[in-house]
Amino acid sequence: MGFLDITNVTKSYGAVKVLHETDISVEEGEFLVLVGPSGCGKSTLLNMIAGLEDITSGEIAIKGRSMNGVRPADRNIAMVFQSYALYPNMNVGQNIVFGLEMHGVPKPERDKAMNEVAELLQIQHLLDRKPGQLSGGQRQRVAMGRALVRNPDVFLFDEPLSNLDAKLRVDMRTEIKKLHQRLKTTIVYVTHDQIEALTLSTRIAVMYGGHVQQLGTPKEVYDNPANMFVAGFMGSPSMNLFPARIAVENGRAVAVAQLADGSDVSLPFPEARGFERHDGREIVLGLRPEAITDRDGADRNSGAVHVVEAHVEITEPAGSDTFVGTQLGGKPVTGRFRADVEVHAGQSFPFAINMEKAVAFDPKTEERVS
Amino acid sequence: MSSNASATVVRTGAGSRFVIYTLLILFCLYYLLPLYVMVVNSLKPLSEIQAGGMMALPDEWTLAPWASAWSTAQIGVEATGLRPFFVNSIVMVVPAVAISTVLGALNGYVLTKWRFRGDTIIFGLLLFGCFIPFQMVLIPMARMLGIVGLAGTVPGLIFVHLVYGIGFSTLYFRNYYQQFPTELVRAAMIDGAGFFTIFRRIMLPSSGPIAVVCVIWQFTNIWNDFLFGASFSDFDSQPMTVALNNLVQSSTGVKEYNVHFAGAIMAALPTLLVYIVAGRYFVRGLMAGSVKG
Repeated sequence: MGFLDITNVTKSYGAVKVLHETDISVEEGEFLVLVGPSGCGKSTLLNMIAGLEDITSGEIAIKGRSMNGVRPADRNIAMVFQSYALYPNMNVGQNIVFGLEMHGVPKPERDKAMNEVAELLQIQHLLDRKPGQLSGGQRQRVAMGRALVRNPDVFLFDEPLSNLDAKLRVDMRTEIKKLHQRLKTTIVYVTHDQIEALTLSTRIAVMYGGHVQQLGTPKEVYDNPANMFVAGFMGSPSMNLFPARIAVENGRAVAVAQLADGSDVSLPFPEARGFERHDGREIVLGLRPEAITDRDGADRNSGAVHVVEAHVEITEPAGSDTFVGTQLGGKPVTGRFRADVEVHAGQSFPFAINMEKAVAFDPKTEERVS
Repeated sequence: MSSNASATVVRTGAGSRFVIYTLLILFCLYYLLPLYVMVVNSLKPLSEIQAGGMMALPDEWTLAPWASAWSTAQIGVEATGLRPFFVNSIVMVVPAVAISTVLGALNGYVLTKWRFRGDTIIFGLLLFGCFIPFQMVLIPMARMLGIVGLAGTVPGLIFVHLVYGIGFSTLYFRNYYQQFPTELVRAAMIDGAGFFTIFRRIMLPSSGPIAVVCVIWQFTNIWNDFLFGASFSDFDSQPMTVALNNLVQSSTGVKEYNVHFAGAIMAALPTLLVYIVAGRYFVRGLMAGSVKG
């Protein structure tokens, strides 16, 4: 049993089931990110942990104590909202200690806790201001201060960075991660931004259509996506997915895909992946952009780099890298090349494909083929 | 405010501006004329009015009509002046406005932040209550007041105005609170605040503009009401409007027009005062809800 246990939890609004049977067990000190597109049920799940929404069936327990029917105030949780939800009529200090005041903490202790948190977040100079006088980043800090001061068992974050501009978002992301490393708190964090999920989490639950599609460490989710949705959702640019066929040539499994000029190319799988038994099967092959690169940029430690001459359709220089587009299996495919590679649209160019990173999916079920 | 206005103003030529101002001044005079007549005639002796010359300034300025209207004029059978009825109106209007505003705020809070099954129906019925013509409820209401023993009393009048006022005040607050971020309520719930604490500490402090609108609206309506006052009050609980009518309508003796004018101004002063003090919030508050829809 973990620190926060979500057991067989579902949520329905009338006949519409927005969250299907979900089981997640979070250990103490873990940073769990719920990630998915809007409407996937991630915020609903978070609100159910907070007690802001009822559970249709199943159980949520914190520290072994069932939270079903327990008021949000009595769960010893704190939440940071997307809009920060700072009380506009109170100053920053009052905002931070409002929860303590409601829980009957005497004033000297409240002031002490407030000063500690203000120092931690470096907002001492803001304590007398009203939320309306603060910038977005400052509001974000105050909202976190309000959560921290309660010293809760579990922190809940509901897309806390989505109202900030791009630069500030990256800064605050780092700050949240530092804070977590320092305080070793248990956090459940909702976002639709897969980069946030990968950078912050110790574990990710990728959600879609009311189902948890995959639960695992950032590396597991990134390298071994359980299905095509996870493969396409995590990572930017997203994983290339194109149709191919498994064949066995000279006793070795290869993926046969069509190039833009109609000719076939054979991409040998590394040995011992066991694809030989799928001889003749139609699959969707998944390759991350970084697994398709220029010859010199390819991973030297990989034993399965295969070079393919292909037609360059487009190049997108992005400063640190150049993204190069071609076609495989009739689908556009993007490779991540080193920035100083001389490559131009219209020419034919050698693409180094690292098949060690290749994953295969069933085109019908969209599930992983192993 | 002024810089705001200049940004939206359309530039016009001198000629058209002359026409616009002339028209505006004419309209202004037209609207101010009745007030002028009332003020001027309340400050002159009756003989001057009887001699004609309603529009003329007084030859002899006097406050006697005001004193008479306030404390000695004949109203009904007794020569009490308007004073006791003014007091009646105040005693009626203050609690009626206060209670209906607070209940409206509470209703709006529940209807937007504590939604429950059938809440739209309840709100619909409350809205419907706003538009029921007064005349329709006169007899049932009289019966009700009789049963609960409030007939012919000021508390009875307060009750009637309260019932009528809640519909409007709920409408105002409900629409206002609809714009109020629900995340704030949720944050307060997690912080441990209960239903009434959230209302008192989070919602009410942010309700200034709409509260002003609600108070002005209720105050004006209740103060100016004649029908309920005439129907549900006894002689000693009559509000100002009914007493003013009795003053003007009394059939004995000479018609003291100057006293009538003074009394009419007295009856209008409180609402005028409320508008002058809080009027700009009224316009602001009305706009605040409407643009963000």
